[in-house]
Amino acid sequence: MDFSSFLNNLTPATGFFYFLSFLTILTGLMVVLSKNPIHSVLYLIATFFCLSGHYVLLNAQFLAAVNIIVYAGAIMVLFLFVIMFLNLKQEDEESKTNLTKIAAMVTGGTLFLIFVAVFRKTQFGAFDAYSFDSQVGMVESLGEVLYKDYLLPFELASVLFLVAMIGAVMLGRREAGDRHF
Amino acid sequence: MQLTNRSKQVSNKQMTFAERIYLPAIATGLGITIKHFFQKKVTIQYPEVKQYLGPVFRGRHVLKRDEQGRERCTACGLCAVACPAEAISMVAAEREKGEENLYREEKYAAVYEINMLRCIFCGLCEEACPKQAIYLRHDEFVPVFTERDQVIWGKDLLAENMNNRYLRKAWTKEEAREQDLKGVAAEPRTQL
Amino acid sequence: MTIDVALIIKAIIILLIFGITLLIAMYSTYGERKVAAFMQDRIGPNRAGPFGLLQPLADAVKMFFKEDFIPSQASKWLFILGPCLSMLTALMTSAVIPFGDSVKYESAPGKVWDIPVQAIDVNIGILYVFGVVSLGVYGIMVGGWASNNKFSLLGAIRAASQNISYEISMGLAIIAILMMTGSLSIRHIVEQQHGGNWNIFYQPLGFIIFITCAFAECNRTPFDLPECETELIGGYHTEYSSMKLGFYLFAEYINMFVSSAMISSLYFGGYNYPGMDWVQAQLTSSLGEIAGHNVGTLIGTLVFFAKSLFFVFFYMWVRWTLPRFRYDQLMNLGWKALIPLAMINIILTGGAILFLKPLIVSFLK
Ligand code: SF4
Ligand code: SF4
Repeated sequence: MDFSSFLNNLTPATGFFYFLSFLTILTGLMVVLSKNPIHSVLYLIATFFCLSGHYVLLNAQFLAAVNIIVYAGAIMVLFLFVIMFLNLKQEDEESKTNLTKIAAMVTGGTLFLIFVAVFRKTQFGAFDAYSFDSQVGMVESLGEVLYKDYLLPFELASVLFLVAMIGAVMLGRREAGDRHF
Repeated sequence: MQLTNRSKQVSNKQMTFAERIYLPAIATGLGITIKHFFQKKVTIQYPEVKQYLGPVFRGRHVLKRDEQGRERCTACGLCAVACPAEAISMVAAEREKGEENLYREEKYAAVYEINMLRCIFCGLCEEACPKQAIYLRHDEFVPVFTERDQVIWGKDLLAENMNNRYLRKAWTKEEAREQDLKGVAAEPRTQL
Repeated sequence: MTIDVALIIKAIIILLIFGITLLIAMYSTYGERKVAAFMQDRIGPNRAGPFGLLQPLADAVKMFFKEDFIPSQASKWLFILGPCLSMLTALMTSAVIPFGDSVKYESAPGKVWDIPVQAIDVNIGILYVFGVVSLGVYGIMVGGWASNNKFSLLGAIRAASQNISYEISMGLAIIAILMMTGSLSIRHIVEQQHGGNWNIFYQPLGFIIFITCAFAECNRTPFDLPECETELIGGYHTEYSSMKLGFYLFAEYINMFVSSAMISSLYFGGYNYPGMDWVQAQLTSSLGEIAGHNVGTLIGTLVFFAKSLFFVFFYMWVRWTLPRFRYDQLMNLGWKALIPLAMINIILTGGAILFLKPLIVSFLK
């Protein structure tokens, strides 16, 4: 199949899909490649935005909106951390010793391997245009799945969040002798 | 020592619940502002409506003439010396034969200029003048300049117009105060 | 052809909504100055045009002709991106607000198009607004950081933490409404308030929480700490000039209008008004089915704008009444007062729906 016929057969939806995927990968790469951590953070937002675009293409508007709300807030916090804790002015040399580089390579490589392995095993669910329910990504069906079929994992996950929250509060608590700001 | 009787005792007491939820206080505040929203406005629309500024206001200068219409100034230069802003400059000349009806003294100011950008309207020139020749009018301002050559006022602008002489109603603080007390009733506030 | 006309009507509606939002934001700047003046016993701008009505135009012209300055140490692209993001997100929110019922158009006998007066009717309208609003703070954050100025940065950090904090209680306040209506679509929520059934009567606490958070999210006094002049010069827009500054200021007014529109549609029945059915019936009987419906929609839209503009006025009213909070007071209010209150509100609402509603229903029977 040559490129021009491919372009001719492009429906708006698939065209948009390719465009979005291109953007997603580009911004994802930029997260890793940009020198300035602030730029990385901003590219991360762009990546999540593109992912939300994918959700919309999949007719999962609820997920798209929640994705943005949750991650926009979360990345905002990250942004603040970057500003407050990283010294942006001087090049941070010691964090780039050979040891850390090798460690990063190993972890990254392992993760990559796992992804490839999982990807190879996955069977892509084909869909049947006639029996397909367009409401599958909507709030109602999502809620039913979460609160019926996956109730236990869902509640466990929320307990996990609660634990994390309490942990954060414990860490941030002012001890008796601490300075009072 | 008590300066005013408006002082208020500050207390450090715990706020009550009604105070702590702020809402009643906010509602009171909103009430006050909305009351002002509908109140009469105090603005005076300046260039169209001018306010009477009192009998000793220091506005633009005027070079006085005497009863016969002769210029009083003798170009002694005391005003220029007194002027803290160095706004006054003049060129003196001797009075010729036949000019007695123009100039009161034997020496007069052929050129008398005030730089209105420098002038700070302090009125010291008025104080310094031994001949009662220069005054600051209480009823006229120096108009807004739009061109450079409007800044320096020569004798053509400063000399008094005999058909429309400048008269001041009050000369001292006390007189002014008296004027003020009467003036409020006599002169409408929003009109010059 | 038939579809085309319907599409054109839709396009006109979208353009109108867009234009009216901008226009209202523009005249909010004028309104703000007038309201401020009136509350301080002055008369406000009155030189440009009759009653100073051309003042916003004069301001815009002034903004355009100012020098557009980019600090040499600033991160140039982000510096430009900041105000653009602010403006973009501010404008995006007005898309899902139902400004009115619907316009009916008969393309052929018996074939009637029913076009809602709303740019897009997504079924997750509220979440959409939330998402866009939470993106909105990036405009401030990016601009503040890119200015390379400590005051800008402090303002930006304040804006970010303030928005994160107040978004939570705002969301919780809305959840109580969602529990009552069972829908995320703003249009559904508005329709359910038909007939004087306004949510404010059921959710007074939620309303107070929501409006407080809305003030904080719009960075309006008493929560305008990101730009408080006394401490931070101008906050995040200290380094901005010309139309970039204009964008920031303008975005604030658009946000104000949009949140007023949200308040009136979530709590005050949107385009519903008392006696709506009667008016509608009169109109339908006198003007015919379609024209009557359209005129009714127009009245509803006007009512909606009246409500929204009242809340815009309320924003200004509060601004010229209350002094600014201190930053720790702001955080205490957000985390220690509003969030617990919002949770109590949710529990109360849930309890009322579970127990009180059946009781009342059985009592009425
Ligand atoms: S009013 Fe004062 S400043 Fe003006 S000319 Fe007279 S002395 Fe100079
Ligand atoms: S105005 Fe008076 S002080 Fe000045 S030069 Fe003339 S006479 Fe002397």
